[in-house]
Amino acid sequence: METVKPDGAPRIGNGLDTKLVSKPIVNRLAYGIMYVFLVLVAVFQIFPIIWLFLFSLKSSQEVFNMSPFSLPENPKWENYAKVWTEGNISLYFINSVTYTLAAVILTVVLASMVTFAITRMHWKGNRLVLGLFMVGLMIPVHSTLIPLFSTFTNTNLIDNPISIILTYTAFNLPITIMILLGFYEALPREVEEAAVMDGASIHHIFFKITLPMTMPVMATAAIINMIYNWNEFVFVNTFISSDSFKTLTVGIQNFIGQYTTDWGAIGATLVISILPILIAFLILSNRIVEGIASGSVKG
Amino acid sequence: MNKVLSNKKVIALYITPALFLVLTLIYVPIIQTGYYGLMKWNGIGEMDFIGLKNYKVLMKDALFWKSALHSFSLALFSALSLIGYLFISIILASKIKGADLLRKIYLIPMLLASVAIAQLWMKIYHPSNGMLNTVLVAIGIEDPPAWLADANLALYAIIIPIIWQYAGFYILIYYAALKNIPESLVEAARIDGASPLQIALKIKLPLIMNVIKVTIVLAVVGSLKYFDLIYVMTGGGPNGASEVMASYMYQKAFKGFDFGYASAIGFFLLVICLVVTYIIRRYTAANKDIY
Repeated sequence: METVKPDGAPRIGNGLDTKLVSKPIVNRLAYGIMYVFLVLVAVFQIFPIIWLFLFSLKSSQEVFNMSPFSLPENPKWENYAKVWTEGNISLYFINSVTYTLAAVILTVVLASMVTFAITRMHWKGNRLVLGLFMVGLMIPVHSTLIPLFSTFTNTNLIDNPISIILTYTAFNLPITIMILLGFYEALPREVEEAAVMDGASIHHIFFKITLPMTMPVMATAAIINMIYNWNEFVFVNTFISSDSFKTLTVGIQNFIGQYTTDWGAIGATLVISILPILIAFLILSNRIVEGIASGSVKG
Repeated sequence: MNKVLSNKKVIALYITPALFLVLTLIYVPIIQTGYYGLMKWNGIGEMDFIGLKNYKVLMKDALFWKSALHSFSLALFSALSLIGYLFISIILASKIKGADLLRKIYLIPMLLASVAIAQLWMKIYHPSNGMLNTVLVAIGIEDPPAWLADANLALYAIIIPIIWQYAGFYILIYYAALKNIPESLVEAARIDGASPLQIALKIKLPLIMNVIKVTIVLAVVGSLKYFDLIYVMTGGGPNGASEVMASYMYQKAFKGFDFGYASAIGFFLLVICLVVTYIIRRYTAANKDIY
């Protein structure tokens, strides 16, 4: 912040010189320096991903013999075709989509029911139950890994997608409830009261009135869940051993092992794994930004 | 009307499925972890009750303490990096052109899987063909280090991608909080002659203290259980130089098949996370009345 006020002297009396209206040269300079700084940070954040995309289109010869900053001479799109058809990438991709969707739907529906019961219905102990869900946020997944592994083994759910979908749901319920909570609390009570007067059942109120009203926040929660589930690693790595049930994150990790020197193939695999999230971000960035902000700030 | 909205059966129906999942998949397992920690068990055969022996061994396990030290270094660096994120957010929130776009660009790494990030940064750190060492050679450093294979540097080389990964996340949280500050407060201070630095330190920071507190908990607890990136990038190596508590636990359980001992580590990790959360919340509670 020193750049704002280079002389460091305390301001006495008028604050005119710091107002944007007068904009002395020093202020313009400070503004410029800060802007350059912010842009440099942006370059740092984005450049590795651009570089990844560049080497995904290169041949091994280009990767190893030319500057890492050079553009690919003849973009080798066949790197993508190769990794997509050669290993199980397409299968991992479908598994990721399936588990992610199943867990997201289950989580959002269950979390909505819980949040409705906690915020809109009248009963003692609702704060206690809420607390039980919220403490779940602080529990490290690694502390549950061994018991979950042995429980799933004993119940024959090991190496079974159900174990993955259920754990994703359980571990995402706390954050999802947290995102939904503020929105539910802010809903006007008159609508429900009117519905009760008209003789609507509680299920009717929840499914036909409240739930549709919460569509925007459900979408936000669903997207946050999607990002978490799509990128999850340790549960799949621990509970799934068959190739046919692996997801992209674990699949690519094993798959990349075959291509120690073929950076083009590795790059293409990685780009395939991150593309769905990037596309979702480009389309839905405002919702994602809002969801991350609302999901974390309330604690 | 209260009758409909306080129907016990419906409440039970709406709460039970979610509560059942959380209890059986989160709460029961943490109790089991504590219980397994008292056993000698290879994960398949019989369990032998050995009392607190695992914990006693753990207290004297130099490798565990080394990994715990690494976890705490990560936590410290993550907490320190919050200062940088906060600094960036304050500039970003002070009516900079294109702030929305910049904020979204910052966030992109956060969306990627840790596994992909790990693979990408392994290529950046590659000793001969990586982006980093190519630059270093180009500017005249003849013998740049083999970052991830260097026992003195591996842990620090892992911290950079972690800072990179989470920058956008924290900047976004701070930005959202700063944007919530009523413009009139800042304006009033400006008219009173406060400098931008004074406004930032004396007005903006105290007003978002609650959010800062949450981010400290998130950063510290998140670092203590950090796993994916390290597991992929170095597997805890070279020679344990980047081993952290979670990776040590994982290795003991699923590579060493010492499930009893690994459970003791898991339980210890849980206790540390809860205690640290409690301490941070308690220690920063004094600032609560500012809101």
